[in-house]
Amino acid sequence: MAIIRTNVLICAGSACVSSRAYDFKTALLEALEEAGIKEEVNVVDTGCIGTCDLGPVAIVYPDGIFYVHLKPEDAKVIVNEHLLKGRVVNRLLYQQPMTKEVFPSLSEIDFIVRQKRIVLRNMGVIDPESIEEYIAKEGYQALAKALTMSPEDVIDTVKKSGLRGRGGAGFPTGLKWELTRKATGNPKYVICNGDEGDPGAFMDRSVLEGDPHSIIEGMMIAGYAVGASKGFFYVRAEYPLAIKRIENALEQARSYGLIGENILGTDFSFDIELRRGSGAFVCGEETALIASIEGGRGEPRPRPPYPANRGLWDSPTVINNVETLANISPIILNGAEWFSSTGTEKSKGTKVFALAGKVNNTGLIEVPFGTTLGEIIFDVGGGIPGGKKFKAAQTGGPSGGCIPAEYLDLPIDYESLKQIGAIVGSGGLIIMDEDTCMVDVARFFLEFTQSESCGKCPPCRVGTRKMLDILERIVNGEGEEGDIERLIELGEEIRRDSLCGLGQTAPNPVLSTIRFFRDEYEAHIREKRCPAKSCRALIAYQVIPDKCRGCGICARVCPVGAAQGKPREIYHIDTGLCIKCGDCFAKCPFGAIEKADLVLEKV
Amino acid sequence: MDSTQIRQLNEIISRWTGKPGALMPVLQEIQEKFGYIPEDAMKEVSAKLNIPLPEVYGVVTFYHFFSLKPKGKYKIQVCEGTACYVKGAKRVLEKFEEVLGIKVGDVTPDGKFSIESVRCIGACSHAPAVMINDQVYGRMNSEKVSQLIKTLK
Ligand SMILES: Cc1cc2nc3c(=O)[nH]c(=O)nc-3n(C[C@H](O)[C@H](O)[C@H](O)COP(=O)(O)O)c2cc1C
Ligand code: SF4
Ligand code: SF4
Ligand code: FES
Ligand code: FES
Repeated sequence: MAIIRTNVLICAGSACVSSRAYDFKTALLEALEEAGIKEEVNVVDTGCIGTCDLGPVAIVYPDGIFYVHLKPEDAKVIVNEHLLKGRVVNRLLYQQPMTKEVFPSLSEIDFIVRQKRIVLRNMGVIDPESIEEYIAKEGYQALAKALTMSPEDVIDTVKKSGLRGRGGAGFPTGLKWELTRKATGNPKYVICNGDEGDPGAFMDRSVLEGDPHSIIEGMMIAGYAVGASKGFFYVRAEYPLAIKRIENALEQARSYGLIGENILGTDFSFDIELRRGSGAFVCGEETALIASIEGGRGEPRPRPPYPANRGLWDSPTVINNVETLANISPIILNGAEWFSSTGTEKSKGTKVFALAGKVNNTGLIEVPFGTTLGEIIFDVGGGIPGGKKFKAAQTGGPSGGCIPAEYLDLPIDYESLKQIGAIVGSGGLIIMDEDTCMVDVARFFLEFTQSESCGKCPPCRVGTRKMLDILERIVNGEGEEGDIERLIELGEEIRRDSLCGLGQTAPNPVLSTIRFFRDEYEAHIREKRCPAKSCRALIAYQVIPDKCRGCGICARVCPVGAAQGKPREIYHIDTGLCIKCGDCFAKCPFGAIEKADLVLEKV
Repeated sequence: MDSTQIRQLNEIISRWTGKPGALMPVLQEIQEKFGYIPEDAMKEVSAKLNIPLPEVYGVVTFYHFFSLKPKGKYKIQVCEGTACYVKGAKRVLEKFEEVLGIKVGDVTPDGKFSIESVRCIGACSHAPAVMINDQVYGRMNSEKVSQLIKTLK
């Protein structure tokens, strides 16, 4: 057998797969074959490395050389230059967008250096489809250790670690386990909530795809602690890759005797089944999720009783988020103190965020609680593209709120964000710049929650409709004096009177943007002006004569013939025809088209 | 439904009969096999699993994953998740409607294309993103939409 000299890890996370990582892999395997070194180079898939916008990406070990934006034709070059001659291919290395500095190794780039990886410990390190690699990285050792402890001691360790649920509410995990353990009723269940409803978040998906065994191990330790012998994964049907990797991992664990009867020679038995969600946001809510596993419409029911007492099929059930469960094994292995040494006073450990929107480095990141938003955006995220100004970040998706620029230095944790009307949320972190209209963002989220309301309770169903109507009027330039007050009033009513968390939190994006960007609402309502120049009803596209070179590109791209003119003369836009699609604005090579405030004709 | 479809349907149902919470997985498999949930299939599921038809219908209409109509040969899913929205997903969706002459939720008369709006397909880093059948296309704009449709025609 040939000796493996080199390992090439190719990211097989969703984002990289969608940018054709597998085409690169095929090309690489062919190139290795051709060069006759197929036996010496090990090509493996790995989970999301985090640098998704650089994808497809690959790491070449032992040197840890990190290649980005890989195309199939690059495979040959890497084989011939790097693998055969030992010469790193410079043009495929990562270049810092601002300083243009080139970094050969993944571990040096600012995006990674600033992170602390507990949940993402194995991402980009092991092959998610290999239980052997997971085991080689201390996998299932925490389970083995837990089985030598009493269930009470396991619960005690989790309690002392200070771990709080990462699904949104931040409930102390150890306490939840204790309540379930003490609840009467049999059998008991463990559910892993992998529904990830926030539209614009992919943390749980990435962890399930990249390190499925760590979640299985977390579920089993939970099962042992609460006295359950059956667990369920609930994962969105829209996550086919995650589902495939979980099923594969379950099968491997079963064949290793790590799930099943009398695990590791003890009298603990545990099995896990996978159920798929079918795309209803409300099913992320625990009681709705349980109703969905039971086979019906995923509608929430009032709590109490909490699932800890009456959950799946009315049995005591512990339900935890994916990321919560990913923290369990390291806590058991390294101890409560180790975990609680990271973070702030009341928020221990780290938080994974899916960083997206108007930021240079988009992707998956993990930072200790207490990190500031500014550090996340500028140090990890590499700042705002195009020299634009940062306006706000949205956390917690449709249940969350925004954090404006004046709080860039606020250390992020559960308490600090709550104080300013935002939430940590499950990890969606959308960065917005000066071109984003905050009123429209609020409208966007409300449109989402409105359409996702299960309809069971009127405050949620009818109230959000009323709020949405008002917001739609405002962005269309038909806002009236008193609208802001009406929004606040309706929002507070819905918050108070809705049955489940969906309704109770639906007004948050609106209330939070009113709190920090009331002037934008007022500009829309009183002056019929959109300060971000984003709301179509309130802007006009026009040509700046001094800048126009008469290239005619605008006329070519305009779908309705509104951009008009003769070649080499100054073009103009017929505002009567213009549908404000913005295509000409995006395409003009000379920046000769601008968005202007529409001066509404007063009748 | 033809006889093969009926056989496939019965195979799915019998695999889950008797298991608790069988309705959802059965419907998911039907959706995947046929691309939608035919009316006859709902009746069959109702009869075999002993669940009243209105309840089956209630579940099918509750979840976005299920559809009552067949989709196009090219199933275009435009992401309107937050990351894509702030990067101009609205225009991308509009452009598909413009080029294909149908609205979101519809299928072209020749059955070739259908357009849907979906929420986050996990490619936020490549926003705005679109998925056609199982292939993701990232960093979309109007121009790319026109080009893409041409390659599919
Ligand atoms: C409308 C709504 C949607 C939710 N979506 C999710 C979700 O996608 N993932 C999740 O883990 N928790 C979600 N939750 C929170 C769950 O109800 C529950 O608190 C959580 O799964 C508990 O796990 P944890 O304690 O580990 O956070 C949602 C709650 C509400 C009200
Ligand atoms: S694309 Fe720009 S420069 Fe060219 S004709 Fe239009 S406005 Fe003038
Ligand atoms: S915004 Fe769109 S419709 Fe208006 S002139 Fe430009 S390309 Fe034409
Ligand atoms: S999916 Fe490849 S780096 Fe995130
Ligand atoms: S929001 Fe569109 S892919 Fe995530």
